[in-house]
Amino acid sequence: MLDITNLHARVASTEREILRGIDLTVKAGEVHAIMGPNGSGKSTLTGVLAGRGEYEVTEGSVRYDGKDLLELEPEERAREGIFLAFQYPVEIPGINNSYFLKTALNEVRRHRGEPELDAMEFMTLVRDRMAVLHIDQDMLNRPVNEGFSGGEKKRNEIFQMAVLEPRLALLDETDSGLDIDALQVVAHGVNALRAPDRAIVIVTHYQRLLNYIVPDHVHVLSNGRVVRSGGKALALELEERGYAWTDVDGDRVASTTVGAR
Amino acid sequence: MSTATTTIEQLARQDYKYGFVTDVAAESIPRGLSEDVVRIISAKKQEPEWLLEWRLKAYRAWLEMAEPTWHNVHYGPIDYQDIIYYSAPKKKTLASLDEVDPEVLATFEKLGIPLNEQKALSGVAVDAVFDSVSVATTFKHALSDLGIIFGSFSDAVQQHPDLVRRYLGSVVPYTDNFFAALNSAVFSDGSFCFIPKGVRCPMELSTYFRINAASTGQFERTLIVAEEGATVSYLEGCTAPMRDEHQLHAAVVELVALDNATVKYSTVQNWYPGDKDGKGGIYNFVTKRGKCLGVNSKITWTQVETGSAITWKYPSCVLIGDNSVGEFYSVAVTNNRQQADTGTKMIHVGRNTRSTIVSKGISAGFGQNTYRGAVKIGAGARHARNYSQCDSLLIGDRCGAHTFPYLEVKNTSSTVEHEASTSKIGEDQIFYCRQRGISPEDAVNMIVSGFCKEVFRELPMEFAVEARKLLGISLEGSVG
Repeated sequence: MLDITNLHARVASTEREILRGIDLTVKAGEVHAIMGPNGSGKSTLTGVLAGRGEYEVTEGSVRYDGKDLLELEPEERAREGIFLAFQYPVEIPGINNSYFLKTALNEVRRHRGEPELDAMEFMTLVRDRMAVLHIDQDMLNRPVNEGFSGGEKKRNEIFQMAVLEPRLALLDETDSGLDIDALQVVAHGVNALRAPDRAIVIVTHYQRLLNYIVPDHVHVLSNGRVVRSGGKALALELEERGYAWTDVDGDRVASTTVGAR
Repeated sequence: MSTATTTIEQLARQDYKYGFVTDVAAESIPRGLSEDVVRIISAKKQEPEWLLEWRLKAYRAWLEMAEPTWHNVHYGPIDYQDIIYYSAPKKKTLASLDEVDPEVLATFEKLGIPLNEQKALSGVAVDAVFDSVSVATTFKHALSDLGIIFGSFSDAVQQHPDLVRRYLGSVVPYTDNFFAALNSAVFSDGSFCFIPKGVRCPMELSTYFRINAASTGQFERTLIVAEEGATVSYLEGCTAPMRDEHQLHAAVVELVALDNATVKYSTVQNWYPGDKDGKGGIYNFVTKRGKCLGVNSKITWTQVETGSAITWKYPSCVLIGDNSVGEFYSVAVTNNRQQADTGTKMIHVGRNTRSTIVSKGISAGFGQNTYRGAVKIGAGARHARNYSQCDSLLIGDRCGAHTFPYLEVKNTSSTVEHEASTSKIGEDQIFYCRQRGISPEDAVNMIVSGFCKEVFRELPMEFAVEARKLLGISLEGSVG
């Protein structure tokens, strides 16, 4: 589904290079975890895939379902089924959550040639997802993320994901700032969305989330490159030994792929 | 109703020869303002002596006044001698739409304005498709059957001089302020509307209906009177961008509501705002005031201001009758280099009076938006109640929002509430929407509409739909 080849990207305003040749392939039905120290480029990678304006791609390509992803506008990528669960979801005053989500869902549906939903149909569709993610009606009526706690914001992200049913879900540090209970709710929500036609990429610092959402593949990013790839055991090794274990100097990339690609 | 209205709009804007007094010679008078010029204007309009006298008094008062400088807008000096104060009411005719500024045409397209209307608005000769006279006349007859008078101010001076004389200047005397004095001396034309006792006007009246719909004057004068138990809803302006070679527009609008009467005055103003660098553009300096003279009377101002280089106006209500109600709902947008200093004055005089102010300011680009409101509760205004809400929305980080609320309360049994909020739309919010499949234009529209919904709710139906579209267009390109 997703083929990233030699991707180089930099911050547009400062021209500072962050991604220095990422190669990654994600197939439908798979769950990939991307780990790495601060500054390694994890969030930049998801940002570039989602189309954030602050990043510029200087080399390489990204193909999504055979299409050139970098040619598409962010909203087009979203309508094609790419979802980014933000690390820091913003607040949007004046628009309530349900109106916002209904509008987004109808954009996706229209793109797919499906009929748009009215308010009643929308409420029926979201009801069970609300239960799974512990979202109540009051939260739905409030402006998007306004006054939400960190945990509520993260749950809201996964709730939106559950309603929009993306084909490629990118979760950017979804576990940051969550207590154990919230973590379990979020993980449960993500796991409920695992499907043979859906791929999930989880960006995280800590192994803990991966106890709940067990990945098929784990990749370690360092200095803008994938330096190691492996199965779920790799995450446990990292937890024990720290990132320095995978530390490599710029040119020597020890990319040992265990059991996947 | 709406299909009929659209047809009327199309027709009323076509040039037509019916009912126009043609003794006006085509010459224009030289630039500059003097007592002679005032006399010439009055003579050309064949006005009665009392009106000429009124104009002259206003002119003499104007000479003694100084242009105000307390406003929070900045503009170069206006040369009052460099204006032509009278020109024949004939539109400049262009041969085809190709001669019209392409940006103006692009806006017409986006607003969905039909081709014939586009031509009419741009001063292009329109092919006569309908019998414009008969349809427009039908509406005029329907109104006059009810005793409703609605037409141009100039016509009213000829046909209903007593009514005009009784109310002209009773709400905005020519001594009120510099621009009101100027307007009173040289006003060109405007609307006159009179609703007799107990009559509810069955349709929304708009400037489109004015039979003598000449090009909008630089100094418009409008007077609307609702007698006991009467109601009327009036729409001024249109969403299409109005360009005019005149830079200064100083209009005066007076509303009078007697016992149990209701007047609603809605404005959508989209005058040419100047280019991205603030060059050109219209100065819209207007004095609008409503007098709730009668018991249980009510006056509501609703406005959506998106155009003009500079907007300077305070539609106000004087609440004299007991239990009278004044309302002000406004959305003012400033983008690029626009400036606005706008707000309202609610003056409580009678007992048990009530006023509501909801003001939404949206600033984008380098726009500067100022809300200036005054709530005055007089000593005798027992149990007066006021609620004011003034919200600012900033788009991007180079614009400004300023608030100057004045509260003057002289009666201890009154209640005054004031709330204010400021929020911002940043690129992050737009990107969040885009990542959920929503285009950036729709995202801005959604956020802005959400912000303005309390005001849009008060607009007459037709305007509400157009206003939403207009807001979207005025804020295009404001993010990122």
